[in-house]
Amino acid sequence: MTNQERTNRKERNIRGLLFGIASVAVTGVVLIILFVFKEGWPVLFKYGPVALFTGKVWQPMTADYGMLPLIVGSTYVTLIALVIGVPLGVGCAVFLAEIASETIGKMIRPAINLLAGIPSVVYGFFGLVLLVPFLRMTVGGLGFSLLAGGIILAIMILPTIISVSEDAIRATPREYKEASLALGANHWQTIYKVLIPAARSGIMAAVVLGMGRAIGETMAVIMITGNTPLIPKSLFEPGATLTGTIGQEWAYASGEHAGALFTVGILLFGLIMIINSIALFLFGKKVES
Amino acid sequence: MRRITKYTQGLAFVLLWVTALITIGFLLLIVFFILKEGLPSVNWEFLTAYPRRMGREGGIFPTIIASLYLTLASLVIATPIGIGAAIYLTEYTREGAGTKIIRFATEILAGVPSIIFGLFGFAFLVTFLKLGFSILSGAITLALMLLPTIIRTAEEAIKSVPNSYREGSLALGATKWVTIAKVVIPAALPGIVTGIILGVGRAIGETAAVWLTVGGALRLPISIMDSARPMTLHLYTLAAEGLSLPRAYATASILIICIWIINTVANLLMARFSLKLRA
Repeated sequence: MTNQERTNRKERNIRGLLFGIASVAVTGVVLIILFVFKEGWPVLFKYGPVALFTGKVWQPMTADYGMLPLIVGSTYVTLIALVIGVPLGVGCAVFLAEIASETIGKMIRPAINLLAGIPSVVYGFFGLVLLVPFLRMTVGGLGFSLLAGGIILAIMILPTIISVSEDAIRATPREYKEASLALGANHWQTIYKVLIPAARSGIMAAVVLGMGRAIGETMAVIMITGNTPLIPKSLFEPGATLTGTIGQEWAYASGEHAGALFTVGILLFGLIMIINSIALFLFGKKVES
Repeated sequence: MRRITKYTQGLAFVLLWVTALITIGFLLLIVFFILKEGLPSVNWEFLTAYPRRMGREGGIFPTIIASLYLTLASLVIATPIGIGAAIYLTEYTREGAGTKIIRFATEILAGVPSIIFGLFGFAFLVTFLKLGFSILSGAITLALMLLPTIIRTAEEAIKSVPNSYREGSLALGATKWVTIAKVVIPAALPGIVTGIILGVGRAIGETAAVWLTVGGALRLPISIMDSARPMTLHLYTLAAEGLSLPRAYATASILIICIWIINTVANLLMARFSLKLRA
């Protein structure tokens, strides 16, 4: 074997090795799907998805695995988070992209990064020691509520919404803005009649990503929603979410109950896949236009 | 008419300022509230003493070690895989079906909620592979979670290395791999390190996935097969079970300070990196 051949073989081996390494992500995804489904499948098969996903009673002691209370709980906290987080986040993104000077932007962006980096358990703790007592004093009740969960989630999804929307607004072609200003529109008219519509897909993607983050969040929600798997009559009442129920019950669940928690995991995974596919689709649209 | 549009603009801009101020306000409220209550309890004893009576008294020493141990172990697994994948994606393939699948898988990993990672780690690593509740189970789970960040930042860093570097090396007779190992990677190193540092932040802050895979034993982890309780999980236990509020505040303060330091270092590195490439 000549030196050249030896070098070639070595290069080929390295290439193969790197391909193997790059496939780890794919293997990981396959294993995650495989094992969550393997554990959750028996309960899903035994009771059927319709009965499980529309059942109104979640009571593992009596083998009632109706997930509607959890679905309603997750939907409520996510909607509250979006109602508060989207206007704030998009507003802040417009501010950063269009109004803030470079100096102010340089001060705000690290702050938003810090907001993104704070662990979810710290958000939960903050909600527990400040927001829950505050709600208990002002609106009464326990304070542990879907509203409390939604408010904390709103803060947690702000960084995602802000950074993705800001990128989308900045990615709009300069000519759009110049043409609008040249036609006599002022800066604000240009922002809301030209720039925001042009960045629509990107902003929608930001909202959808924020939604995914809100649905998937666990620790903060466990600590402040009260983990009561009943269909809530109002937002001020305690409730339970899909994630919170898994987190709250996994440690003592066994047998079919444990399987049911994995079924909740399947539902959650399915929701996240749909949400992320929508976000990817919107990103694709943004690139095309 | 003109005056009205002017007023509208003024009002709109005020509102936009307000959204930014509220966002910053949230951050300041959280950080100051927790540090104000927590920092007075942070002292040398708190950092180096063992907890007593389930954490009601004493310090948090084993949980700090558990956090560091987990972070280090997960990075030892995720870093070579992440950089290797990034090299493959940027240097060895053209965009095609193969890269699309790998990228799609990375996107999925980035979006999967941590509790699902936890369920997976519990079913696959803890139970099926019989690794038990251990640092190892937690580290493998965390490594999967960190992979997207490390791959993405490493890819960006490698892509931003000018092509002239590669051409120069190849023209001197270096093989492709030698070029990558001796030229491309060193030039991309600050960017790659930024990704790893961001991974450190994520690993230290993670709770749910770690809870389902590491367990939560409140003792000093020695072997990689030991169960442990990192700071985040300890904070959860202290707060949720009402064991000790002052210690919970102090633990939360330490977590915030860690994340703050990590973010600052990452920001500095990124600023220097883009400067270096521009020069």
